[in-house]
Amino acid sequence: MSEQGAAVVAAVAAVADRLESERSHLTDLDSAIGDADHGGNMARGWAAASEAVAELDDPEPAEVVKTTGKTLLSEVGGAAGPLYGGSLVFASPELADGITADSAVAFAETYLEKVQDRGDARVGDKTMVDALTPAVHTFKKSVEVDDMTPVEALAKAVAAAGRGVDYTVPIRASKGRASYLGWRSVGHQDPGATSTLYIMEELLDVATARLETPEQLPDDAESPTIPDGEVTED
Amino acid sequence: MVGLVVVSHSQTAAAGIAEVAGEMGGETRIEPVGGDGQGGFGTVADDIEDAVEAADTGDGVVVLVDLGSAVMNAEVAIEMSDAEAVIADAPVLEGAVNAAVAATSPKATVDSVREQGEAARGVEKL
Repeated sequence: MSEQGAAVVAAVAAVADRLESERSHLTDLDSAIGDADHGGNMARGWAAASEAVAELDDPEPAEVVKTTGKTLLSEVGGAAGPLYGGSLVFASPELADGITADSAVAFAETYLEKVQDRGDARVGDKTMVDALTPAVHTFKKSVEVDDMTPVEALAKAVAAAGRGVDYTVPIRASKGRASYLGWRSVGHQDPGATSTLYIMEELLDVATARLETPEQLPDDAESPTIPDGEVTED
Repeated sequence: MVGLVVVSHSQTAAAGIAEVAGEMGGETRIEPVGGDGQGGFGTVADDIEDAVEAADTGDGVVVLVDLGSAVMNAEVAIEMSDAEAVIADAPVLEGAVNAAVAATSPKATVDSVREQGEAARGVEKL
């Protein structure tokens, strides 16, 4: 199996395990401001995706990502199917020549663009876009401006996504099921932003273990690309 | 003949709306689709794609949708399908009734049926 393909298969399995263990937490978040199906949908969809990609014969990364997306589309009965799954299918051709710094940035940007288009959501709407946007912008800047390795950049992106999740708490929802609640959505953390963070954390773990040799690991993990604690919109 | 697909989070609601629209729709093919495929509420792109194929007789399909993920999954289904299909931006029940009636016109096209479906947006009840 291609080493990168195997790494992506491992990442899908790690995401599936994580979402299974976060199932009730995500459902609790979604119960507060949504329809209480996010934990079950994500856990079921990613478990099915993990099974599907495990059956691929010596896959390349793009094929693993596309199969994951298609499985989510058919298994997840809700917005998570088109948003997470459809966007993975759409962005997967960016990885056709394997995972490099450039292709990873292109993949991340295409994925974000599709999520925004499909959901018609922007930063501040209290959706997964609030975690994804600062993450993708930080990833791109870290690779292209700060010259970090993709794995170092991903670590920065995960931190940015975490701040994005925190940012969803005090704001009022204007997209998705939570928008029906208006001001009553204030004070609750967005479940889609939260699951997006969990997925990215697992990608980082697997990428750190499998895509980068130990001597390339960041020796100064504290060096910030953006000031910690600030909103990363630009 | 232009076909219709009614998408709801609830299979029961989709079937009921198709039933109401069918009363006015003559021979119009109206396919209801809904639910998460596991017995719960939701919408699934693959299932909507199947419904679009079933509603298409070669003249295209107009899709009526309820909330949020129904819109997104219908968009994905249309992108995946070979049929000429469009979403009518209309309230699902009133739009379905309007569209079903419009589809019975011998001159009906996907665009004319969608327009009539969307005309339901302005319907006042009192």
